[in-house]
Amino acid sequence: MPNVLQPGTAAPDFKLVDQSGQTVTPADLTGRATVLAFYPADWSPVCGDQMALYNEVLPVFRDYGAEVFGISVDSMWCHAAFAENRKLRFRLLADFEPKGAMARRYGAYRDADGTTERALFVLDPKGIIRWSYLSPIDVNPGADGILEALEAIGTGDKS
Amino acid sequence: MTRDGKLTIPVGPNDHVQGPEHAPITLVEYGDYECPYCGMAYPIVKRIQARFGDRLRFVFRNFPLAELHPNATAAAEFAEGAALQGKFWEMHDTLFEHQRALNPSNLQTYARSHDLDRTALETAIQSGGPNERVRKDFMSGVRSGVNGTPTFFINGHRFDGDWRDEDAFAAALAEKGAP
Repeated sequence: MPNVLQPGTAAPDFKLVDQSGQTVTPADLTGRATVLAFYPADWSPVCGDQMALYNEVLPVFRDYGAEVFGISVDSMWCHAAFAENRKLRFRLLADFEPKGAMARRYGAYRDADGTTERALFVLDPKGIIRWSYLSPIDVNPGADGILEALEAIGTGDKS
Repeated sequence: MTRDGKLTIPVGPNDHVQGPEHAPITLVEYGDYECPYCGMAYPIVKRIQARFGDRLRFVFRNFPLAELHPNATAAAEFAEGAALQGKFWEMHDTLFEHQRALNPSNLQTYARSHDLDRTALETAIQSGGPNERVRKDFMSGVRSGVNGTPTFFINGHRFDGDWRDEDAFAAALAEKGAP
């Protein structure tokens, strides 16, 4: 098991495209809380899917002033099809080339499988990791830990 | 260290409950009437209830995945409206038994077949009470680590095993209910 980056660490640099081809870097994340949700792959079974859950909880995350990004090694085209099929209303980042580069920097890459881990990071508005969690690969970690972390950061209408 | 999903809102007087209050095992389901996996779980839960009898208390809470299932929220509100006329479980069962037919006119048909006062039901739903109830259930689920539908909690702890394996599910329940 890799060691995911721990609270107190500044979010490492990255430059990835989302499902519509727009570039995202850490500079785009500052000024508000951010949830980075690494997951193994697009197209896992529907109702138990982690991204589907975050899509449902999205209004609550936004009440905390937070933006959510899903990240896997799938390409932007795969993300685009997945996001459209599941009606996702947040951005998915393609950690595709060089494969898993961002995940490696966050300690969230699975060398044996060539996929990202199921790992969560909550960043404060200054881009500092305030909470991180590595989930067993087959267990969707839910949203409760994220909400607790956002509460602790205390941004948005709910603070 | 793994996070163990724990029920944040204990089972209380507002819950929809089947089985004795002091049963040694409490099974809570967060479910969605339009979710096919919940539909698969429905007969399994029935058989589990028959198997455990008075040793099991079963509780259903709403967790509609509205983005995926367009009729799920309205169906959940409808069941909560039926609950105000004392017919929650009748409607719960009907909805799961007809989960591919949950449009507004289907729901009216089910209201008629259960002899519900449809005017009162409509008024209740318009009042927003059932909607608030469904939202509260949903948020209590989110805060408890519900990670999809259905999610089960056995005596307050999220069950991360495979409920489709009925014997394994029963074994997990029996273990919690052991004296």
